[in-house]
Amino acid sequence: MTRSRTTAAVLILAVAAAVLLAVRFGSVALSTGDVLDALRGRGDPVTRDIVVGLRLPRALLGVLVGGGLALAGATFQALLRNPLAEPYILGISGGAAAAAVTVLALGLVSAGSWVLPAAAFGGALLAIFLVFRVASAADRSLDVRVLLLAGVVVGAFFSATIALWFALSEASTVRSAVLWMMGSLAGADWRVVVTAAAYTLPAGFVLVALARPLDLLAIGEETATYLGANVEQVKRIAFGMASLITAAGVAVAGVIGFVGLIIPHAVRLVVGSGHRALLPLSFLAGSAFLVLADVVARLVIAPAEMPIGVVTAFAGVPLFLVLLRASLR
Amino acid sequence: MRLGTDRLTIQYAGGARPALDGVTLSIPSGCLTAVLGPNGSGKSTLLRALLGVSVPSKGTATLEERDVRAWDRRELARAVGVVPQSETVAFPITVREMVAMGRFPHLGPIQAEGWRDREAVDKALERCDISDLRNRQVTTLSGGELQRVRIARALAQEPRALALDEPTASLDLRHEMSILRLLRNWTDGGMTVLLITHQINLAARFADRMILLDRGHVAAEGTPSEVLRREVLERVYDWPVKVDEDPVTESLRVVPLS
Repeated sequence: MTRSRTTAAVLILAVAAAVLLAVRFGSVALSTGDVLDALRGRGDPVTRDIVVGLRLPRALLGVLVGGGLALAGATFQALLRNPLAEPYILGISGGAAAAAVTVLALGLVSAGSWVLPAAAFGGALLAIFLVFRVASAADRSLDVRVLLLAGVVVGAFFSATIALWFALSEASTVRSAVLWMMGSLAGADWRVVVTAAAYTLPAGFVLVALARPLDLLAIGEETATYLGANVEQVKRIAFGMASLITAAGVAVAGVIGFVGLIIPHAVRLVVGSGHRALLPLSFLAGSAFLVLADVVARLVIAPAEMPIGVVTAFAGVPLFLVLLRASLR
Repeated sequence: MRLGTDRLTIQYAGGARPALDGVTLSIPSGCLTAVLGPNGSGKSTLLRALLGVSVPSKGTATLEERDVRAWDRRELARAVGVVPQSETVAFPITVREMVAMGRFPHLGPIQAEGWRDREAVDKALERCDISDLRNRQVTTLSGGELQRVRIARALAQEPRALALDEPTASLDLRHEMSILRLLRNWTDGGMTVLLITHQINLAARFADRMILLDRGHVAAEGTPSEVLRREVLERVYDWPVKVDEDPVTESLRVVPLS
């Protein structure tokens, strides 16, 4: 437990440092003093606009989306008893992307900036609903093997839908769709941050409160039942909350890969498999990682932006392989 | 801790005949009761039904005269510790973490372990003689060590009864004997123990009572000398046997004939 506390302290500092970096660096580099002034409503109004209007909401969106994906990934790994599980494994990203590509291809995005996230969220909810209905037996019990299979198959269907729209659409539409699907925090403003927080934080607290029963799922549902867990209820709530967090993340930031897969594993290597530590620490680690990835994405080919999914994979995969190798020594 | 069934019938979907068919029996408190029977005779189904996991098509399973399905799961887990036949661990955990899972029914969802919990875990580790394994990963244990870890987890629940499904299957002679001796000692200390096993002769030596199941029915029930009768065993197992007294242990001995 002392190891978890130390890790928590380090990660909280890492999140704070990442947010500070994200607010300081960009097309205009700012000093820490400039940032603090802007936050207190003093200093140059242009700097204030950059800090409070652009960079801070973007950094906070990174905190919410990165933390949410890592938390959802850890939950899906426990729920499906599968270390390869990640937030998109049950077709949520497919549903969101298919809906997003549909509104892009039909030219509906001109109606307002809210259309794309709303459509993506709706598509994600549709995928969640379909997968849940297929996997629920007549007695309302949830078979996680069927859940996994249904998720993969539903995802494949949505992939085909996306391919169909690509075949029918103009090259420029395809390009903006592909960029959206690779993920970006560029759509951040305060309204988006508040919306993402409204889904991610309550659902996140519910998941953390399920930590002990999720521990038991790792040794099997029957044993978990004998140890006193209400297994069917735990599975339904965990699936619902992790799905909701993922759907909110995809809606506001597109499909950002690797965070939900590697962060929980990296945290598990440091603090073990107990979910009381694993879930909150995964959130913190995912937050710090995604905010830093976004800083890199904005800076490396400035003034253009690199898709954030490219950065998470390029940085995350070597980092994870090093950790994995170290754990085998 | 009294367990019992009343005209209990369990029919699995797609099963040709019920796994249990109108079974009425009672398992008295403070005894070591062995459940015997050929493969597929309903032993594991009986255990699942007694713990409210298998849903009866007809009849009831009761704990302390109360329908087991009316028990709260956490309350039930504080009363009965279970060692199922097998389980696979999806993520790496240590022996200490595995045994501490037995504290689940005593803890709130995110409540930290208190001194009572740590004491119960330490005591369970000690009673199963695995204190020195506490920091090992469970995936690195031998079969005998792992079984003792799973029994320690059930003990950490601080239950009044233990139910074990073939806990000594695939264990060597020494590990098998040490587990049976532990179960016997705990029974003498007041615990109610339900033991599913294929080891008729060891059951005859260690158990107070026996239940012999045959294709979902109770073929015999009572003390070892009441249950281990040649004609009953030959019919149930469909094999010629000889029953005599073991001169060394002075308990009954069943020898399959060729």
